[in-house]
Amino acid sequence: MQTPGALDISRRDLLVASAATVTVAGAGSLAHAKTNTSAAPAGTKVSFTVNGERRELELDNRTTLLDALREHLHLTGTKKGCDHGQCGACTVLVDGRRVNACLTLAVMHDGDEITTIEGLGQPDNLHPMQAAFVKHDGFQCGFCTPGQICSSVAMLDEIKANIPSHVTADLTAPSEITPAEIRERMSGNICRCGAYSNIVEAITEVAGRKA
Amino acid sequence: MRFDKPATTNPIDQLKVVGQPIHRVDGPLKTTGRAVYAYEWHDPNNRYAYGYVVGSAIAKGRIKSIDVTAARRAPGVIAVVTSDGVGELKKGKYNTAKLFGGREIQHYHQAIAVVVAETFEEARAAAALVKVDYIEEKGAFDLAAAKDTAVKPEEGGSDSAAGDFDAAFETAPVKLDQVYTTPDQSHAMMEPHASIAAWNGEELTVWTSSQMIDWWRTDLATTLGIDKAKVHVMSPFVGGGFGAKLFLRADAVLAALAAREAKRPVKVALPRPFLMNNTTHRPATIQRIRIGAERDGRITAIAHESWSGDLPGGGPEVAVQQTRLLYAGENRMTAMRLATLDLPEGNAMRAPGEAPGMMALEIAIDEMAERLGHDPVEFRIVNDTQVDPENPERPFSHRNLVACLRTGAERFGWQDRSKQPGGRREGNWLVGMGVASAFRNNLLVPSGARVRLDREGIVTVETDMTDIGTGSYTIIAQTAAEMLGVPIDKVAVRLGDSRFPVSSGSGGQFGGNCSTAGVYAACIKLREAVAQRLGFNNAEGLVFARGEVRAGERSMSLAQAASDEVLVAEDRIEFGKLAETHQQSTFGAHFVEVGVDVATGETRIRRMLAVCAAGRILNPITARSQVIGAMTMGVGAALSEELVVDKERGFFVNHDLAAYEVPVHADVPHQEVAFLDETDPISSPMKAKGIAELGLCGVAAAAANAIYNATGIRVRDYPITLDKLIKGLPELS
Repeated sequence: MQTPGALDISRRDLLVASAATVTVAGAGSLAHAKTNTSAAPAGTKVSFTVNGERRELELDNRTTLLDALREHLHLTGTKKGCDHGQCGACTVLVDGRRVNACLTLAVMHDGDEITTIEGLGQPDNLHPMQAAFVKHDGFQCGFCTPGQICSSVAMLDEIKANIPSHVTADLTAPSEITPAEIRERMSGNICRCGAYSNIVEAITEVAGRKA
Repeated sequence: MRFDKPATTNPIDQLKVVGQPIHRVDGPLKTTGRAVYAYEWHDPNNRYAYGYVVGSAIAKGRIKSIDVTAARRAPGVIAVVTSDGVGELKKGKYNTAKLFGGREIQHYHQAIAVVVAETFEEARAAAALVKVDYIEEKGAFDLAAAKDTAVKPEEGGSDSAAGDFDAAFETAPVKLDQVYTTPDQSHAMMEPHASIAAWNGEELTVWTSSQMIDWWRTDLATTLGIDKAKVHVMSPFVGGGFGAKLFLRADAVLAALAAREAKRPVKVALPRPFLMNNTTHRPATIQRIRIGAERDGRITAIAHESWSGDLPGGGPEVAVQQTRLLYAGENRMTAMRLATLDLPEGNAMRAPGEAPGMMALEIAIDEMAERLGHDPVEFRIVNDTQVDPENPERPFSHRNLVACLRTGAERFGWQDRSKQPGGRREGNWLVGMGVASAFRNNLLVPSGARVRLDREGIVTVETDMTDIGTGSYTIIAQTAAEMLGVPIDKVAVRLGDSRFPVSSGSGGQFGGNCSTAGVYAACIKLREAVAQRLGFNNAEGLVFARGEVRAGERSMSLAQAASDEVLVAEDRIEFGKLAETHQQSTFGAHFVEVGVDVATGETRIRRMLAVCAAGRILNPITARSQVIGAMTMGVGAALSEELVVDKERGFFVNHDLAAYEVPVHADVPHQEVAFLDETDPISSPMKAKGIAELGLCGVAAAAANAIYNATGIRVRDYPITLDKLIKGLPELS
């Protein structure tokens, strides 16, 4: 489609909206708008690769990998759905394995290779899994989607590597790509819009293409 | 454009683009992480500050004092804004509880302060240092205990009656009188409420996550006491809503107040646990249903009463709504009673009224069919009505519930259902099938749009309509492409911006039909402007196709009409009295097959089918996705979703996604959806109706009926968890 204008509007509008403020009548406040700089905690330097690019950051030790990506590197494709490791919207690949980026601190990833949804493909050059999600309508609001896609890419590799799941009946036989295996292994990625049926079809198609 | 006569043939009927299975036009942005949601707007020239909300730790009472000394001294802190610091804020029209508490606490996790710091981590840490001294008061938190204090609601629920229910029920040869309960439920959309606020002088811009741009803009202006014209709201991508983002929420208010204090843009997202107790939820209900019928299956008396609770000033869950319209029966009554509860605000969640109402009614219908010894599909068909049963002179605009039931029964293999509950066993699994009707009213809301044509022949649609996953971008692009005879890739759609014409917004399953009807109206105006610019006598006989405008032998390119300057047209659809003269509703049938583990009582959904009759389907891909998503939500309602009330302290205990259990991949099988091929010219020029909520109404009851068919255990209290089944399961040998 023609660009819906989201990105180009945003820059212009944000420039218009400068930081100048006024006090609205009738609204007194206890607050004072001056940053308290006393006892600011020392940060830690961390360096990792994101989507093939070397990134160096100095971060508050409490910063999660998720907030490092979103708030410091402005890679906002990775979503914050719960910040508790309960929804999977923040799934990224760390050295090829899927990780809930909200449950791990950025400083723990010195030297790691991180792949986010932005690194898998671009709107004019979709990764096969991204293309399959579009084709099978494996999303609606789109907020869980980057996590679903990153998770599904790594999940297929896990099956290929013969890592068993809760529903794997025979631990000695090679793991198979079945709808039951896909559903079980994808259950850490919640989709409240309820696109599961379509997501499984998208993943199955990509798995078939690979096999 | 005023729509007050049924639609006749119009350009939409060509169905070259509308009605076609076109993939979402925003798909490449969403699947690559390039769609920008509320918290993600970023301008490198701005230094954003982070706001973190502090919520009340009590459910009811007063704040004695708030001590922000330690928070204010914490590293990185820029400002601490407290509710007693900003004074009394006016409440917006659509909210029941105040979004920024004040001295009086109305519910647990009501926002009472926001801490602003240089980083998210600093704001969160400092928020934990805010010390609050409360004077706690006793509240009412238990619907069952408060039921007898419930009163007739002042607004939003009048009693209804036709014929003489009491007499007819008394003399009916076959009767049912049962009570059903549905729990409080949470929307639990994936994107928590989030806003960025920035002031430019007296003007405020808020990037937020809203279903209804104009409602938010109006209520934010009211809350802050500023002119609405000075408020600009942006929400082009919304990470789900289901009703949770219909009305202004605390994140936008806190961000605006915090940005004013911090003198720079501030970002505020509600932490996930705040969604359950800080925002709204679907209220719990207690429902009593009585049905009387002749032995041939005809319903002669039907009554539906519902009790629910809300904060003072709130309204009832309108769970009896569908019972006034769904089945025939001369003698009928409905009533709703509202208790005062001091839980967080109850409000609309996907299909408010019908969703919990159908959860009860459609079990009752199943029970009644069994008492009569009738097949549940046939019992529903026998009691179909083509007119409003309370006003028989008022017909339905279009109603084909019967075909939904018959088509579904055939496709699902209903004839293989065991007539005896507990009659089918496969290994450890007791297997059963259930059916329920689907029903949801079709609502009509005015909707505006602006359409531009440029010299390249690109058509741009601007409307403040939102796409909350519903497919608005796509169906609006399809509508404009059809109306102007251009391919869909020549259409740009810009949504969710308060500078654009006010639309229906997204809610009540009215958004798809009404917003495209608004675009239709604007496109009719643009066609007239094109005709005039190109020197055609009148627009009516013109053919717009393949980027050309044609009348007889004469043909010109569409783009030529904008060769000198961009052509702009704006209009709005408004609906006349057709909704009064005709009852407009959507219909369907849900079929579910379950397996219940004979040893553990664990229920697994094995198969699901929905057959829907909802007027013209504008895009079968996005419409089907709405329905499978609703079916999935119905699985949650049937089996797992319940906000658990702490009746002592007055809050929802399971306030996260680990303990509030929405369905996951492993809970949902492949889902089948079928649409009846129909149009409803009385609904709009699009001849479409709503679909997004219809898909939810009845699903949970179909699952409940399937569990009964599998086990012989009738559970009338949702959700149907294994503890409610295990005692009734057969002894294991």
